Amino acid sequence: MKGKHVLRDNVLLGLGLALMIAALYMVFVYVPTEKHTGIVQRIFYFHVPLAWSSFLAFFVTFIFSILYLWKRATKWDTIAHASAEVGVVFTTLVLITGPIWAKPVWGVWWTWDARLTTSLVLWLTYIAYLLVRSYVTEPARGARFGAVIGIVGFIDVPIVFLTVNLWRTQHPTTIIFEGGLTTPMLMTLLVCVAAFTVLYVLLTIQSANLKSVEADIKQLKSTQAE
Amino acid sequence: MNKVFTKILAIFWKDILAEFRTKEIVTSVLVFALLVLVIFSFAFGTRADAMELVAPGILWTALTFGGVLGFNRVFIMEKENSRLEGLMLCPVDRAVIYWGKLAGSFTFILAVAVVITPIFLVLLNLPLFLPRLALIIVLATLGFAAVGTLFSAVAINTRARDIMLPILFLPIAVPVIVAAVKATALVIAGRPWGDMLVWLQIIIVFDIIYLVIATLVFEFVVEE
Repeated sequence: MKGKHVLRDNVLLGLGLALMIAALYMVFVYVPTEKHTGIVQRIFYFHVPLAWSSFLAFFVTFIFSILYLWKRATKWDTIAHASAEVGVVFTTLVLITGPIWAKPVWGVWWTWDARLTTSLVLWLTYIAYLLVRSYVTEPARGARFGAVIGIVGFIDVPIVFLTVNLWRTQHPTTIIFEGGLTTPMLMTLLVCVAAFTVLYVLLTIQSANLKSVEADIKQLKSTQAE
Repeated sequence: MNKVFTKILAIFWKDILAEFRTKEIVTSVLVFALLVLVIFSFAFGTRADAMELVAPGILWTALTFGGVLGFNRVFIMEKENSRLEGLMLCPVDRAVIYWGKLAGSFTFILAVAVVITPIFLVLLNLPLFLPRLALIIVLATLGFAAVGTLFSAVAINTRARDIMLPILFLPIAVPVIVAAVKATALVIAGRPWGDMLVWLQIIIVFDIIYLVIATLVFEFVVEE
């Protein structure tokens, strides 16, 4: 069983590495510079895949939170927790890369646009998730609380998006490219999305493994103490 | 069905009775919300045009923060003398406990709103009779109470119980806060019903979704 996992992890690692190198090559060498916004537009190839992976991460947390409450197997909770951690890291990067792009293009670091605001609220929600988990001493209780927040928080996403969208109706819709994506741009974006998705899976597996090893050690220590 | 309602009423009545005897929650939340109103008036100045712009925000900041404080108190009082354990031993469904606590929290925050809203309107020289504002307050407070009751049950079981509730509650409550502020601004500006309908719809949808979800997941928060 363990051997199979090592093989799987190594395959993922190799795939992730190859994709990431390809992505870097495509972003910095292959893809032409976008003519309206200039060189800064290249950050888009990191920003969008990060945003996509963070949504995926929180969706995984949502699904595994439901699974945990239903089946009560610790492994489901470990995956939900690990995925939320990676999601927070990715959302943080989204919130950093976004303003770097927005300042030269829109002239402002931040605007209360629906997508931006939703990402920010999402980030705050899952920070709360991680805080609650670290403030609960008993693991089973932390898992239950985490699962509840993972479910309640994810359901809020569409409501927040809808509300903020109505709130900011005067704001022009985001135009990243006039005339859409050209083929090289789309290719680059797709490779980047694949690379970051693999990275997300890898990091989540690593984090989940670490968590279960930590739990094992805790278990061993407590049996030793008795 | 009727039986369930009686049980909810019993838990609700217990909280109301305790509150009548101590007057702890409503008094403290009321004073706090009033202070928020006053501090914000200082922070934003008293020029009429500036006040008109920030007034809805001031009211909802006071009600949101007051609400957070209130929801926390409602559950912390259950923590004293292991009353929560006693409540859990009641031969009722956990959802019934949720609805009982929800009804209590909702009533307390509404009581606070009933007092501070007229004061707010007086301070801002606005008309005192605004039935539409009353409707917004009832609906938004229900949404706050739905989420607040669930999360205060989480927060009191963590180590940093006082700070955990606002951290959990505020991001989730964003849609209600945005919609309530917008709708209040429209009411104050004397705009017709049609304009604020969409905001009321958001609050109603939020209320329904979170009342259902919280009823379903509450048992996982309080089990043990």
